[in-house]
Amino acid sequence: MKIRMQVNGAARELETEPMRRLLDVLREDCGLTGTKEGCGEGECGACTVLIDGKPVNSCLVPVGQVHEAELLTVEGLSDGELLTDVQRALVEHGGAQCGICTPGIAVTAESLIRREKNLDHARIRELLAGNLCRCTGYQRVVEAVAEAAAKRGGAGDE
Amino acid sequence: MDFGGFGQFMSVQVPEFVADGVRWAAMTNSTIRDLDKAVPRVDGADKVTGKALYVDDLKVDGALYGRTVRSHVPHAKLKRISLDPDFDWSDVVVVTADDITGKNVVLLIEEDQPALVPEGGIIRHVDEPVALVAASDPRRAQAAMEHVRLEVEELPAVFTIEESVAKKVLLRGDDNVYKRFEILRGDDVEQALASADYVIEGTYRTGAQEQMYIEPQGMIAEWTDAGAVRLVGSLQCPYYVHKAMRELLQLDEDKVIVTQAVTGGGFGGKEEYPSMLAAHVALLAKKAKRPVRMVYDRVEDVRATTKRHPAPTRHRIGVNKDGTIVAVDVDVLIDGGAYLTLSPVVLSRGVLHSVGPYNVPHVRVVGRAMATNLPPHGAFRGFGAPQTTFAYERQIEKAAQRVGMSSLEFRRKNMLREGDVTCTGQTLKYSVGSAQVLDAVEQQIGQAPPKGSAAPPQFASVKRGKGLAFYYHGAGFTGSGEDRLKGRASVAVNAGGKFEVRSTSTDIGQGTFTIFAQLASAALDVDIKDVEMIQPSTEKAPDSGPTVASRTTMVVGSVVQKAGAQLKQRLLAFAEESGVQSGDVAELAKRYAEKHGELEETVTYHSPPGVKWDDATYRGDAYPCYGWAACYVEVAVDDDTHEVTVERCIHAVDVGHAIHPVLVKGQIEGGTLQALGWALWESVVYRNGRVANPTMTDCIIPTSIEAPEMETLVVEVPYPHGPHGAKGVGEIPMDGPAAAVANAVADALGQPFDEVPLLPEVICRQVSATAAE
Ligand code: FES
Ligand code: FES
Repeated sequence: MKIRMQVNGAARELETEPMRRLLDVLREDCGLTGTKEGCGEGECGACTVLIDGKPVNSCLVPVGQVHEAELLTVEGLSDGELLTDVQRALVEHGGAQCGICTPGIAVTAESLIRREKNLDHARIRELLAGNLCRCTGYQRVVEAVAEAAAKRGGAGDE
Repeated sequence: MDFGGFGQFMSVQVPEFVADGVRWAAMTNSTIRDLDKAVPRVDGADKVTGKALYVDDLKVDGALYGRTVRSHVPHAKLKRISLDPDFDWSDVVVVTADDITGKNVVLLIEEDQPALVPEGGIIRHVDEPVALVAASDPRRAQAAMEHVRLEVEELPAVFTIEESVAKKVLLRGDDNVYKRFEILRGDDVEQALASADYVIEGTYRTGAQEQMYIEPQGMIAEWTDAGAVRLVGSLQCPYYVHKAMRELLQLDEDKVIVTQAVTGGGFGGKEEYPSMLAAHVALLAKKAKRPVRMVYDRVEDVRATTKRHPAPTRHRIGVNKDGTIVAVDVDVLIDGGAYLTLSPVVLSRGVLHSVGPYNVPHVRVVGRAMATNLPPHGAFRGFGAPQTTFAYERQIEKAAQRVGMSSLEFRRKNMLREGDVTCTGQTLKYSVGSAQVLDAVEQQIGQAPPKGSAAPPQFASVKRGKGLAFYYHGAGFTGSGEDRLKGRASVAVNAGGKFEVRSTSTDIGQGTFTIFAQLASAALDVDIKDVEMIQPSTEKAPDSGPTVASRTTMVVGSVVQKAGAQLKQRLLAFAEESGVQSGDVAELAKRYAEKHGELEETVTYHSPPGVKWDDATYRGDAYPCYGWAACYVEVAVDDDTHEVTVERCIHAVDVGHAIHPVLVKGQIEGGTLQALGWALWESVVYRNGRVANPTMTDCIIPTSIEAPEMETLVVEVPYPHGPHGAKGVGEIPMDGPAAAVANAVADALGQPFDEVPLLPEVICRQVSATAAE
């Protein structure tokens, strides 16, 4: 099947079996290895990407479903060499340790900051519950996202 | 054949961390020369942008995918391995023990574990590797794996410690004991207990725990034309793999090259098992004459790799009415599983910590590591100490209640202070933060708790309780371990005139590279941006010892610091000799490299003066120093569902000195949540010797919702022999929170809870049983 999609702002067209996992297509065909596999069953969120602005576990998505969709992966977050406020806060607050969960968390955090105003710790904890992190105990992640959200002024427009 | 991509990775350091001024400039415009500052971690930018390359991200031209054929029976004689004649094997490489030309062992402490069970050999657990397959398509490899047939003759198996102790089946020697330790102090412990006003006794059970690093294990191997094997993988200890591969493949030192890829968590789980993966990819790659990659999926990882040892601990404590502890008698048992692996060392640490940070004049501790037919248990943060800490901190709480003292008061009365003597006869000379951590916790309890924990579920009715735990953790290797290890590291001026830290201490998330860069830059008096970290590799750096035992900053960090200082002296001497007019050390390095090329200073670690340990009697200075900690939790227990919510969690840890406060807090908080997980939710279920819940869906770890808002208190009582006063922090946060939680649940429900995890069904069972009485 021919799949047309926007990946990180660039149009892509590829010929592939529609039932292949989006995760594999991104990693193998598009060379975007920033998206990670932790479980392959929708539990850990390491494979999170944004499909039309919404965080989705790419290990559960057959690539046939994203035909004509707009995708954002961790590689598409930063503007050239400049880190986004979310990425920067994650580094400064120690929100990334081993870093394997970090791409998924950065992408999820980006989407929720775009979506919601007034993100306090409790709300961030709820919204990040689909992204497992075994290293940080989440405290520094939550603080980082809260700071980035505050800086962005909670602008809920997208 | 051209394996360009792979070879390139191997020869390239991962330099971007520090050298990339652009992204650094984007992060901060301050000069980062000082210690004690939360400098952005050197690998941070790569990790938040997805540029960091983990083993599964490395491109390797022409690499095959390897899979492991496993035993599927817990205890059996392997009679024959055969290949399904109806399957097309033309494009599949198959390896069995027959292909091993060296020694069929995965060398660790002993040589009992084979890389592959040979025909005629004994299968000792259900996920034991017996054959390997590789193909250029992962699905072909999977299919081939399913067409390897095993003919076995099953033997009776042992699945629990109790069965092992009862010698139901003999798996090892004439008693199933891998290792036994004994600690004795003072007079006969039975007499001492008999003289006490009260004796409290209990048996405390802790279950297996899965490390559940988010990146599963993986390894790649490639053989060079010169007959060397290059391995790159997700691992903690490059030289452990190196040593094991030299033995397995019978190769010279320089013919095995082990490099760490960026590693997605370890927690002990990538201490020993990577040698098994390395063996498998090396054997496959040799036979295939092509590189081979093996990355486990989650199910295989959970089933086959090591976990925390399940351990029942029987503990008796004698106390007098005035609240003094008279005697302690402990019987420690740990389930080593099917092979000896690291169990003796885990047992040693468990035994040495089992009396706790208290003055106890009369002591007897006996510890045994037992053989069973479960997959081997192994290293996991805390390394035996969390199991025995759980036991003694439940006992201490019960003792406090018995004598009618508060949790804090009883601990303060009996705790070790500077100048006191431990159960092994060690006089604590320095860096004893016992009083400070308890004070810090007490003070914080008086503060208003932070808001921000996820909203608790709306319970119909709950009972609330509070729990405290107080503990210590020996930093570095036990006894004379560090003197045997002789950890080394180098700081160098490389050919390009840049500074380079060369060590094989790995960064598995805890921040080694950042700490070492800080220590080196401070010792050299140069900007941290002038210091590069190499990706640990046996080809490029000396053996710094394993990245375990809370030793990396304290031990290897002190070596890096010394090497940096010596290098600076060499450069200043060079300036004087050659008449260079510059005190700028970075400038001197450039000049030196232009003129003479590389300059490297290597330093070997020596234990601090006066540390004495006797392995035969288990007496003396068990550890050069200890971390001290106290944890306080408040819990709510739902009356209907018996679910426990941690509503407050205060954790004070004496780390000596926080070289990087943010990283230190990250270590404490990450360890705390793993401990809360072990206390309440994390359960590994074995059925007939096999993990029955090998997925993240079933073998759960806490999410951001279960995680409470953490009140982390960093206490600093400097250790005179650590870099800038620092001592170990990696493991101690794992030791105590489980006991604090059990103490709190006991407080809430008014009855003792002596096992973890305290799953709702466990609480339900006990509450119903008590109600029925
Ligand atoms: S890999 Fe997709 S959720 Fe874990
Ligand atoms: S930083 Fe390691 S899993 Fe999150």
